[in-house]
Amino acid sequence: MSTSKISIPKFNLRDKFGDWWEGTTRNQRIIFRVLLIAFFYILPFLDNPVFGTTESDFSSVLFYPMGMYVLMAIGLNIVVGKSGILDLGYVAFFAIGAYTHAILGLSFGFNFWVNVVLGMAFAMFAGVLLGLPALRLRGDYLAIITLGFGEIVRIVAINVNFTGGAAGLAGIPAPPSIFGVEFLVDDPRPYYWLVLTLTLLVIWAYMRLIKRRPGRAWEAIREDEDVAEFMGIATTKYKLWAFVLGGAIGGGAGAVYASQVTSIVPELFDLNVSIMILACVVFGGMGNLWGVAFGAALLGYFPEKLRFLSDTRILFFGLLMVVMMNIRPDGIIPRKKREKVYDKNTGKEVSR
Amino acid sequence: MDFSIVVSEFASLFLDGIVVGAIYALVALGYTLVYGVLRLINFAHSEIFMLGTFACLGVTMLLGYTGYEEPIGIGLFLVTFILITVVAAVASGSAAMLLEVVAYRRLRRKGANRLSSLISAIGASFFLVELFRLLTDSKDWDFPRLLDKNSLFEVSSAYVTADKLVVLIGAFGLMFALDRIIQGTRLGRGIRAVSQDEKTAVLMGVDVDKVIAFTFLLGGVLAGVASAFYMLFYEATKFNVGFLLGISAFTAAVLGGIGNIRGALAGSFALGLIQQFSSAILGYNWRDVVTFLILVLVLLFKPTGLFGEAIQRARV
Repeated sequence: MSTSKISIPKFNLRDKFGDWWEGTTRNQRIIFRVLLIAFFYILPFLDNPVFGTTESDFSSVLFYPMGMYVLMAIGLNIVVGKSGILDLGYVAFFAIGAYTHAILGLSFGFNFWVNVVLGMAFAMFAGVLLGLPALRLRGDYLAIITLGFGEIVRIVAINVNFTGGAAGLAGIPAPPSIFGVEFLVDDPRPYYWLVLTLTLLVIWAYMRLIKRRPGRAWEAIREDEDVAEFMGIATTKYKLWAFVLGGAIGGGAGAVYASQVTSIVPELFDLNVSIMILACVVFGGMGNLWGVAFGAALLGYFPEKLRFLSDTRILFFGLLMVVMMNIRPDGIIPRKKREKVYDKNTGKEVSR
Repeated sequence: MDFSIVVSEFASLFLDGIVVGAIYALVALGYTLVYGVLRLINFAHSEIFMLGTFACLGVTMLLGYTGYEEPIGIGLFLVTFILITVVAAVASGSAAMLLEVVAYRRLRRKGANRLSSLISAIGASFFLVELFRLLTDSKDWDFPRLLDKNSLFEVSSAYVTADKLVVLIGAFGLMFALDRIIQGTRLGRGIRAVSQDEKTAVLMGVDVDKVIAFTFLLGGVLAGVASAFYMLFYEATKFNVGFLLGISAFTAAVLGGIGNIRGALAGSFALGLIQQFSSAILGYNWRDVVTFLILVLVLLFKPTGLFGEAIQRARV
């Protein structure tokens, strides 16, 4: 991956916000965080014609695609954005999580909360199985292997019996009620809050992780794997961890998704899902959590908002991706903060 | 699991494998050429192929074929088919060049991240698929039967038909021509120079923009011709026809060592044969699983593909 030249656009949301954030006190930061989180929790009640979706139920759009995309994009960001492992088969983990809940919930009556954990465990196990041999490879070879893995999981789900074959599985149990909130088929709001809570937990864990050894190791591997290895970083170990943790988040997302839609078919888990989530990561700004979350929310939101264009919306969506990448190749909120450059003579800040 | 079919139908499976492999090869060459000069997977290449199949269909419609008439004689067929091939090649070739200008050129000049170009190409791919889904009404479109598909002669269990012969002769002719272009012309030398080292090529006076545009044109023309052969052999298309064929052709390119032209040919024929034999043994459903499993095994034990250069360490 070329790191020599990174073009930085003049207007930079990250810089503007970064400058403001540095000047705040501890209390201001806590208030800001609480307000932001509260805003996201009451978002389903804020359905209005301006930013709500007029043609489809706003709270169900908030759950899928928006919430789901954000959660999965954050997971994939650990793999692609942080560690530089191009994974084109992320949907496989999503499918494993979804089928774990569907099969264990239907056949053995396992509780949803148990299944989320098991789904994550199975996804991690699959990640180890694929990752141990595959992560020795790099770049496009790794990409094509992961792409193949995603397709294999889908085709196996079509061709074996315990997944219900091409017809899939129906009547997947909903989560049991928690804190008096019932999970009902016709009300997507509890599911949105569930995804939001999971996302916040993941963000919290992610923020702690990237400030410590694993995060620094991942960044070193992304920038130059050979140098990282010379510096004594166990590259294969950390790459495997990134792959497996990203997979676990995908698996958890899959279990939640299956519990909401109540019926799943293998065709839901095709290559387009992997590509869509990858697009979210790159569109938002690879390696920058907030950019990725914002980009995923936007990419989930646009096709629904553009529903008035009805059939042609994916057409405009494709066009938007091309134009967007041409204008801001590092994503909406880039990873790199613009370095401040000071003029030698005057000592004033100058733009590059 | 039925291994006896491999013995009894060996010649037939072998012939079909070679024919399918020849079509894969023409598409795989497009992937491998672009990878050679740009170190990028051209994700929209399968859509260039799809566009070609509809160009073929368009020509037959303009010529007034409805799909119900008798197959035409060999002389008239050759004229018609050459016309179809040329139109498809022009359509796909110009689309590929346009794609390079719209989706790649600006990003390349900015020195942007490789993944940004990938997303840009994916966007272009979405756009083309959706455009054709809307234009063609999401329907399956049948290509008229231009050539009598009765067996000309038999070799063991294989029925050699005229369409398979046309595909084989045409594809091999084109591969030979491509080899001459790459090895013997100025632009071909430019392609090889840029593939080896872009910066040095610039210093040696190679016009990189021109070479890259020419590479996309070559890849597009090959995909256009492949689409004409595909239509002759399979006689049907749909807006999403590019997806599975693109994955197979790309797999073939990787199998042979991506960036390596002769490797792509070998990989394509190997993949065509593997797919035919594995579908005969395990059933058609498992074809793609087998394809990918073999790909994974090859990459693990011979990561540079069958004939690849050691690019995976050099270019990450």
